[in-house]
Amino acid sequence: MATEILMPALSPTMEEGKLAKWLKAVGDTVKAGDVIAEIETDKATMEVEAVDEGVLAAILIAAGTEAVKVNTPIAVIGSDVNDTATGGASAPATTPAPAAAPVAVSPATVPAAPAAPTEDEYPAGTTFTAMTVREALREAMAEEMRRDDTVFIMGEEVAEYQGAYKITQGLLQEFGAERVIDTPITEHGFTGLAVGAAFGGLKPIVEFMTFNFAMQAIDHIINSAAKTLYMSGGQMGCPIVFRGANGAAARVGAQHSQDYAAWYAQIPGLEVVQPWSAADAKGLLKAAIRSPNPVVFLENEILYGQSFDVPVGDFVTPIGKAKVVRSGSDVTLVSFGIGMTYTVKAAAELEAMGISAEVIDLRSLRPLDMATVVASVMKTGRCVTVEEGWPTCSIGSEIASRLVTEAFDYLDAPVLKVTGKDVPMPYAANLEKLALPTVAEVIEAVRAVTYR
Amino acid sequence: MATAKSTRNKAQQETGPAPFTRDQEIAAYRMMLLIRRFEEKAGQMYGMGLIGGFCHLYIGQEAVVVGMQMAMIEGDQFITSYRDHGHMLAAGMSANGVMAELTGRRGGYSKGKGGSMHMFSVEKQFFGGHGIVGAQVPLGTGLGFANKYKKNGNVAVAFFGDGAANQGQVYESFNMAELWKLPVVYVIENNRYAMGTAVTRSSSQTDFSKRGVSFNIPGEQVDGMDVRAVKEASARALDYARTGQGPYILEMQTYRYRGHSMSDPAKYRSKEEVQKMRNEHDPIEQVRNRLLAGGLVSEDDLKKIDAEVRIIVQESAEFAQNDPEPDTSELWTDIVR
Repeated sequence: MATEILMPALSPTMEEGKLAKWLKAVGDTVKAGDVIAEIETDKATMEVEAVDEGVLAAILIAAGTEAVKVNTPIAVIGSDVNDTATGGASAPATTPAPAAAPVAVSPATVPAAPAAPTEDEYPAGTTFTAMTVREALREAMAEEMRRDDTVFIMGEEVAEYQGAYKITQGLLQEFGAERVIDTPITEHGFTGLAVGAAFGGLKPIVEFMTFNFAMQAIDHIINSAAKTLYMSGGQMGCPIVFRGANGAAARVGAQHSQDYAAWYAQIPGLEVVQPWSAADAKGLLKAAIRSPNPVVFLENEILYGQSFDVPVGDFVTPIGKAKVVRSGSDVTLVSFGIGMTYTVKAAAELEAMGISAEVIDLRSLRPLDMATVVASVMKTGRCVTVEEGWPTCSIGSEIASRLVTEAFDYLDAPVLKVTGKDVPMPYAANLEKLALPTVAEVIEAVRAVTYR
Repeated sequence: MATAKSTRNKAQQETGPAPFTRDQEIAAYRMMLLIRRFEEKAGQMYGMGLIGGFCHLYIGQEAVVVGMQMAMIEGDQFITSYRDHGHMLAAGMSANGVMAELTGRRGGYSKGKGGSMHMFSVEKQFFGGHGIVGAQVPLGTGLGFANKYKKNGNVAVAFFGDGAANQGQVYESFNMAELWKLPVVYVIENNRYAMGTAVTRSSSQTDFSKRGVSFNIPGEQVDGMDVRAVKEASARALDYARTGQGPYILEMQTYRYRGHSMSDPAKYRSKEEVQKMRNEHDPIEQVRNRLLAGGLVSEDDLKKIDAEVRIIVQESAEFAQNDPEPDTSELWTDIVR
């Protein structure tokens, strides 16, 4: 039975080409790998190699023919020169792949049930103790490392130095150098190495001294960690935590002050959290370490030393649940991380002015708990978002867009965003202050949306 | 070997690789031929529009991955770039599963969601299939890190090309691997061209076995067209890493007959250069000639193997064309667990 040779495509977009030259004649013996012809497009010339063995029984398209469509039979290879009957069966199939069915509607547009009321977040009888965010983060890691010996931490200065911001203080002494690992200052390399270790069955915690330096490693965070579960058809996940200080500290200039919340929140395959309180820092970090997914855990240097009440004992805060920090009826303030410091102060001042603000701490940015935000806006009819990051394509932009889609009929005013200014972070003290959001800006935005 | 540590003396180098047994020769012949025929078929199906996007063929380099696999033991992991079809077949992953992934069908290794460049097999310890040049090097180093952490006695093998060997993250990995004595073998597949740029135009040091010198990592150049030489060097490197001495670099001197990808006409090199490699160094012909010259098999025996291989490849092509596309619900699965 003979086999037809078809006009090949040189690229995904090629539809036709010129059959420039035949290098074999009818009657020639052809082996797999022999070049039999040359074809040309406007971009390139390429050789056609035989895949089957036999005798070139027929040339169907003459040399020099222009505009030969891809998949047109150009020659026949048979067992001898008279064997030209392809009979259909042995001809390579040219059936195009079936067309894809219409894409399903994004489940993201369907609001889920709102989060449980936050007053009940911890069981009755829970006792609390005051603790800094720094201590809470350290406790979370220590507890999880005691619980699971595949959990380890690596990063710059995490071991001997006890942490550049002392988050890992004491961990080397308790867990030893095999599980608390100082790295060279090579973010790209050690992040890739940690992702590979997660593929290999471990649960790494990667500490970035700050997320500014993680920009060198973002290829591994996104291409290697976030996309692998999908690219492997669900075979291989990547349980890993990328954590460290994010956003502006104080007077450290443009390259050390960027807020990456919106960047990472855009990536399918990641979970992204940015806690404000010490209790959430602890509960969410424990959840992040136990998550089977890659988690970007955004901290803030200024918050490290702030104290909050933290439940005593083992507790885990679910990723993807916002928290109503303060109930109110006139406006919904939505914030997260360091943005909460402006927000709660503004809410207190607004109360004195007779405006009742409901304050929501998003805590998780991906998945984003829109149900809690929507439920609040259905009550207040107004929303102001607060964050330190840049305004374009910000978390506030996403909230505003989602509210317009999911709560349009309940809005009595435009959604306003209070953000960092659209400039690189300046060094001068007065300019840096101007670049960041202020409590006054939050109050001004609330007055605008409440027409007061 | 101008390396800091040498594990192989000059006499050994000059005597040539140790001969294979008849069974080893036949196994190597069969697997290299399977890769060759599979890739030829993939190229043909690409031309027919059945395979989309990028498709990087391994034709010419077969001895590298086959020789390496012959030296690896159960549990050793491996990871490579986007030129990955040969690596998967050599590890025993099914031709049907690989070909169906190339056509984007549900029976592919990634359910059609990965494509030519992104396949994985936890069962066969194959960790991809990576599309960013050089990214697999720190990832493979991390697999080695996990081996050391778990004290499981396994070695991770990271394959990468002469082009990737110029990436910064490769040297960050070398540094940590030697610093922490990680069980990793770095296999640099030097096929002489980083896409279209010859090594002499892209690399200040074209002896890639020396790329670990400043980190104290031993390395050697290997005739990557001779499967026996590959297997012998691989065994030496794996043993070095497995015994806690740290990483090892193997520069496999090889050649790809086809362009970088299907859309590359390879005009940056002469036809004579390609033909010379094919005529004088073809990895499959070398084994074939040894088998026949030694009277170890007959022409008919080889024809039988050729026919068996053709059937596997033909069946994979048919499976990959008849298997349905993924269900549309798969768009939304496997994003997070």
